[in-house]
Amino acid sequence: MQNEEIISKINEFLVEEFEVEEDQIVPDANLMETLELDSLDLVDLVVIIEKNFGFKVKGEEFADIKTFQNFYDYVINRVNKGQ
Amino acid sequence: MNRVVITGMGVYSSIGKTLEEVKESLYNGKSGIIYDTPRKEFGFRSPLTGFVERPKLKGLLHRRQRVGMGAPAEFGYMATAQALEMAKMDPDFMDKHNVGILYGNDSTAEAVTLAVDIVREKRDTMLIGSGAIFQGMNSTVTMNLSVIFKLKGVNFTIAGACASGSHSIGMGYLLIKNGLQEHVVCGGAQEINPYAMGSFDALSAFSVNFDDATKASRPFDKDRDGLVPSGGGATVILESLESAKKRGANIIAEVLGYGFSSNGNHMTVPDVDGPVRALEMSLQQANVKASEIDYINAHATSTPVGDGNEAIAIDKVFGERKPYVSSTKSMTGHECWMAGASEVVYSLLMMQNSFVAPNINFENPDEHSAKLNIAAKTVDANIDMFLSNSFGFGGTNSSLIIKKFKE
Repeated sequence: MQNEEIISKINEFLVEEFEVEEDQIVPDANLMETLELDSLDLVDLVVIIEKNFGFKVKGEEFADIKTFQNFYDYVINRVNKGQ
Repeated sequence: MNRVVITGMGVYSSIGKTLEEVKESLYNGKSGIIYDTPRKEFGFRSPLTGFVERPKLKGLLHRRQRVGMGAPAEFGYMATAQALEMAKMDPDFMDKHNVGILYGNDSTAEAVTLAVDIVREKRDTMLIGSGAIFQGMNSTVTMNLSVIFKLKGVNFTIAGACASGSHSIGMGYLLIKNGLQEHVVCGGAQEINPYAMGSFDALSAFSVNFDDATKASRPFDKDRDGLVPSGGGATVILESLESAKKRGANIIAEVLGYGFSSNGNHMTVPDVDGPVRALEMSLQQANVKASEIDYINAHATSTPVGDGNEAIAIDKVFGERKPYVSSTKSMTGHECWMAGASEVVYSLLMMQNSFVAPNINFENPDEHSAKLNIAAKTVDANIDMFLSNSFGFGGTNSSLIIKKFKE
């Protein structure tokens, strides 16, 4: 899967599932604050990532994900590792 | 003791999603029953069901508010939003008053089943998601609605089988009557899906009259062969008369009495003595004579034994004046946990619009129903006072008496 394709897929489910406006998705913006995520939402994020990319994120791994870009990089890295 | 009045109502059912739609269906004897082919494939003996689709709440509620809602909470939300709007209870009102909620719900089968299916497949509980627990608890309706509407009073779910909705109104009535609450959201919700009804279908309690789905539910009729399950949500807003008057609320009716009893004998076979005791208690609590009741909304579900015994009980207590009797389950099917609340809403609509809704499919009486004054067709008639019966598995009985409001 190409990086652009992964990013586009992430943005798509963030808009659909987390009801964030597309123009709010800026690479440097803070992921948790923009999506207004609390600890319960993180569980749902784990579920959505598993559904879309087939791997499970451990809760503690979210600690290093601050921005959308961090999130994209993390998923891209995990997807590429799997290949 | 406080007088208890109804200042709002709402319904989301197989015969309409608004009060206006439901009123039209009731007046015209319209059935909400369908033949649900997937149930046949799923292994049901009877694929008949009352049906209303799950509401689309995206746009109405935030994701975090929706994620813990299964069908019962969604149906309950639709009915409660209507009822609170009618009662003119907005967020500002909720902020300043301790509004409570007591809601009837006795299963969350679909949410529980689907969550367990995921764990079985994935072997990882986290992949169920965050909403499953709130969808899967029996108190799903009260926990979701109390958070959404920011309710601060009493908050719990009543599980009393097919009398759950009726008992919730009865208990709300008692809390307000005794001065413990000023306002309580009461109602009942029932999910509609194969997971919720498979074990009930297993008892061969459902009608297999498949030729015309709309004719399958035929309470009190000689040829009835079982009930048709159904569901949705129904809500009434109960309030002390003092509070309603103080804020100039539109008072729909007054709850006069609540009678309850337990048969204490058989899990599924209803008897006569238990319902008679609930009926007599409701009359005693309301301090009215049997002859003052204009209309009885019967529990009658279209099962041979249940309808027969209810007919005997009604005749025993009300035989002298013979008020109009009809079972709206002939149109809606048996809305189970919701039924006791929805049937109060249906009866209130009749009271407001001066008609008795028909007991459709009542073509030939049996020896017991022949003794009742059953409205086989719509009757244009004034209703000043009605009684609503609800009975459930385990022999739980509830009778509510409600009167048109007069000072």
